[in-house]
Amino acid sequence: MTLPKVVRGRAWKFGSNVDTDQIIPAKYAIYSLDEKELGKHAMEGVPGRDTWASQVGQGDILVGGSNFGCGSSREIAPVAIRGAGISLVIADSFARIFFRNAINMGYPILQSPQAAEAVEDGDELEVDLEEGVIRNFTKGDEYRAEPFPKFMNDLLRMGGLVPWVRKQLEERRRMAASRG
Amino acid sequence: MGMTMTEKILARGAGRDSVRPGDLLLAKVDFAMGHDLTIPPAGKIMREQMGAEKIWDPERVAVTQDHFQPAKDAASATLGRLTREFSRDMGIKWYFEVGQGGICHTVLPENGLVLPGELVVGADSHSCTYGALNNFATGIGSTDLACVLALGELWFRVPETLKFVYHNRLREWVEAKDLILYVIGQIGVDGARSKAMEHTGESLRYIDMEARLTMTNMAIEAGAKNGIMEFDEVTKEYLEGRAKRPYTPVSSDPDAEYEKVFEFDAEKVELGVAKPMSPDNYAPLSEVAGTRLDQVFIGSCTNSRITDLRRAAAVLENHKVAPGVRLIITPSSHQVAIQAEKEGLIRTFLAAGAAWTTATCGACLGGHMGVLGEGEVCLSTTNRNFPGRMGHPKALVYLSNPAVAAASAVAGVITHPSEVLEKMPAGLA
Repeated sequence: MTLPKVVRGRAWKFGSNVDTDQIIPAKYAIYSLDEKELGKHAMEGVPGRDTWASQVGQGDILVGGSNFGCGSSREIAPVAIRGAGISLVIADSFARIFFRNAINMGYPILQSPQAAEAVEDGDELEVDLEEGVIRNFTKGDEYRAEPFPKFMNDLLRMGGLVPWVRKQLEERRRMAASRG
Repeated sequence: MGMTMTEKILARGAGRDSVRPGDLLLAKVDFAMGHDLTIPPAGKIMREQMGAEKIWDPERVAVTQDHFQPAKDAASATLGRLTREFSRDMGIKWYFEVGQGGICHTVLPENGLVLPGELVVGADSHSCTYGALNNFATGIGSTDLACVLALGELWFRVPETLKFVYHNRLREWVEAKDLILYVIGQIGVDGARSKAMEHTGESLRYIDMEARLTMTNMAIEAGAKNGIMEFDEVTKEYLEGRAKRPYTPVSSDPDAEYEKVFEFDAEKVELGVAKPMSPDNYAPLSEVAGTRLDQVFIGSCTNSRITDLRRAAAVLENHKVAPGVRLIITPSSHQVAIQAEKEGLIRTFLAAGAAWTTATCGACLGGHMGVLGEGEVCLSTTNRNFPGRMGHPKALVYLSNPAVAAASAVAGVITHPSEVLEKMPAGLA
């Protein structure tokens, strides 16, 4: 799976310190291997957003505040958001395990305090993932995302940690074979 | 330029002489952990997507059946089975079956599996717990774990280190839990985001290993990558007869660079709680005393080791749980349960009218055996109280130490333990 260059969609705005128990309550961890089922319950734990997943359009964009995805290490948090149809998560800042998990999955995330501050629920956004530019059609604004280190960008672009490990394993096998 | 303990461990893992905060590394892992919620996806990703047939070192992996086990429903039973089968197929040496292990973050230290100087990862956010034993330990996701299982290596960003220096001794009744809740209250749930929390200072000399584990356990509640402590006599003594491998302690250089240094006078820290709905919502106990409770929960990787249960039992001895309140006590490991049985603590709990369960994460994450309903109020010795953590999003959770929890169960409202027990017996204080 390679990263799209541009994504467009409606913005869904959330606050700061949205933790993984709100993104996907632990009781749904029984669906750990079923992305579609997880998607049906994404963000269900956020007060007032218990029917959110049913309103999301394919390709919409989630915009969070600071420390988005804090709490548990559960990778089903970004998996559930992806399963709900969200194409990209933008936040003021990310909690580290959510951040790692998204990069490792090859799932696009952008850190943009500017966008997190200015975007309102329902705004129409277009995001150039390569350039890190977020255009807000509703407001006529444009925001920049903060660049990630090269290694993380490379991982994202190659589709995450899975293809990277496959390559490492192939190299190890080749080396073992050449040693005979 | 000197390095912090965290930097030294990451540098060694990456085979480098030195590293700086912000460096991205590929580092060798010394020990890895997964459980019934994280092994099934990690195993699937490793075998089906990464194409690995075996794991890098079956002797350096532990697997526990703790989150939804004993299976709370049929779907959890499937996760338990997948975890069991993967562990068997891969020949994982440190597999802990239901009834023989307990919560990962108690099981690994008590079995001497996570040691000073090591680089440890666990597919659970509270894996930072192990750092009290002078190692670098951090929580990772399932794809991360799949990578480690396949290669024995993982990518890391070297964190900036925040140093927390504690002076003087904690006062009577005040525990390590109160201290860490106070610290998180000061810096906030993102106060150490992606950074290392290095705890130091003379106060720690008087804090035993189990209480130290409570402090590093909650590093993640400040957003930290890891919590770490120096190696000393307490560490050495704890590991005697326990450590499964030889180890080499690390210490921070005198000229190591810290992003920030925080100084705390432990003597000034009051007995306290974290109020709903965030672990950084600290308040002195006096502010919330009298709050009505539906449930009290003593459990979790944070505060349900043997010393925690001893303190709870001292308070509950010859008392009854108040009418209208339920007290649930979940030991954090099978070994803790065996010890509690030997010491007669379980008899005290049962006589008081508490529900005593098998060792599991259980109610802490709203899994089973104590899930909260709408509008219910719970005082809990656990680590998190975000909305919905223990059940219904409108349930209210207060976090406290075990003695406060036990006393509050007796009174039926949040209560200072001195109102139930005049003095904590010597050796438990």
